[in-house]
Amino acid sequence: MIEVKNLTKAYGNFVAVKDVSFKAENGSILGFLGPNGAGKTTTMRIITGYMPATAGTVLIDGLDIFSQSLEARRKIGYLPESPPLYPDMRVEAYLRFVAKLRGVPRAKIEPALEHVLEVCGLTDMSHRICGQLSKGYRQRVGLAQALIHDPPVLVLDEPTIGLDPRQIHEIRGLIHDLKGNRTVVLSTHILPEVSQICDKVVIIADGRVVLEEYLKKLPAGISLEDIFLSAITKEHHEDGASAEETLEEVGAGHA
Amino acid sequence: MKNSLTIAGKELSGYFLQPVAYVVMTVFLLLGGFFFFALLRYFEVTLTAYSAMQNPEVLQRLNLNERVIEPMLHNLAIVLVILVPAITMRSFAEEKRTGTYELLLTAPIRTGEIVAGKFIAAAAFMLIMIGLAGMFPLILVAFGNPEVGVMFSGYLGLAFLAISFVSIGLFTSSLTQNQIIAAISCFGLLLLLFVISWPAQGGGGLLVGLVRYLSLPDHFAQMVTGVIDTRDIVYFLSLIFVALFLTQRSVESARWR
Repeated sequence: MIEVKNLTKAYGNFVAVKDVSFKAENGSILGFLGPNGAGKTTTMRIITGYMPATAGTVLIDGLDIFSQSLEARRKIGYLPESPPLYPDMRVEAYLRFVAKLRGVPRAKIEPALEHVLEVCGLTDMSHRICGQLSKGYRQRVGLAQALIHDPPVLVLDEPTIGLDPRQIHEIRGLIHDLKGNRTVVLSTHILPEVSQICDKVVIIADGRVVLEEYLKKLPAGISLEDIFLSAITKEHHEDGASAEETLEEVGAGHA
Repeated sequence: MKNSLTIAGKELSGYFLQPVAYVVMTVFLLLGGFFFFALLRYFEVTLTAYSAMQNPEVLQRLNLNERVIEPMLHNLAIVLVILVPAITMRSFAEEKRTGTYELLLTAPIRTGEIVAGKFIAAAAFMLIMIGLAGMFPLILVAFGNPEVGVMFSGYLGLAFLAISFVSIGLFTSSLTQNQIIAAISCFGLLLLLFVISWPAQGGGGLLVGLVRYLSLPDHFAQMVTGVIDTRDIVYFLSLIFVALFLTQRSVESARWR
């Protein structure tokens, strides 16, 4: 469970994220959408405790990411925008290092390693040097790194970016299978991805949430694309625009 | 502590996954060997000349420690001023640039543990390197009659000096994501520690006293001549502590609101 409460992040005078709130339930996948520069990465970095918020907070399974940072961070698996690999290390050594860092007990490191290598399709790559891997494999190692401690909360920043169609398909399948009892938040630009694997969608534009809704509650017959475009264009600047209004408008347009 | 050792292990093996560590060690040992050879050669020439004078008193005063080991250690200290920045510049700057910093800071570990891990690795690297340079006095022990205690004290001084340098290098690396900036500013600080007492020749007063106290060569020279004084040990330990403390604050500052 991730609860984001009134998050605001300012870089000097520039406010990247303004009063963002949303909730991701256990056992669900939340798709986090928004145009470039909308504040997706900033929000995810705050959720994972990489950077502090100017105001507001985030609760990870009820633990505050600022005041109970260590305990909260223990529950998170995080794939940043660019996979955080050490280019000189071998895949295996790298994943062992992350497992230790994430507090996997010594006896469980090898089984955990075998497991993530297998689910991420890296078994044959385990002796390769990270810096020599292709973009797709790097992304998979990044994902393996986020999964190695079997975290209850997964935060994935554009997990399918830079992959070929087959890999995208595989990774989506993987994320879907991972769901189980986990909370997954993933950001993406690819709208079909959201309709395929997510349970809930949050759209942000210009640092504000313009829509938070369960996918199954979205009006039938309207494509996610229309909803997205209408949500991000109207906002600019009526601050009060609620999700319902956005949906109503889109619905009206189609009626 | 366990987390620090995890990071230290990764860092130390990381040094040897890159050619930089080998280059640094080779340069250090080659130069060390050259100084040793040159000083020994000079010692031999002097010895021959003094022997020809048939003056046993002067001959008595010729001392292997003073003539060979001491100047060699002073030269190696200067070499470290240049080599240490090359070793430490990556530590934080590279992690920031490649994005692995995000992995470290979102892992359930304290910033102090990250700093400690990187410090342990860099200090261990220096000890290995200085340990290998210990072959020079071993040669003297095998073929001559030097004072072992004095040599040990000198090497201990060099180790303290190297570890202090490393702490300062970690600090400058934690300030930037640019390795060149990290290396140059570290180099500048280290060199400053060497020359800081230059304007404080003669005179007295608090400022002069302070500047003299900060001067690194004075403390180092004490240990090289075989005097292990708590004042010098305290000097090095406080240098290490202050630099590591500042590093920890600098890393932690990413979490300040």
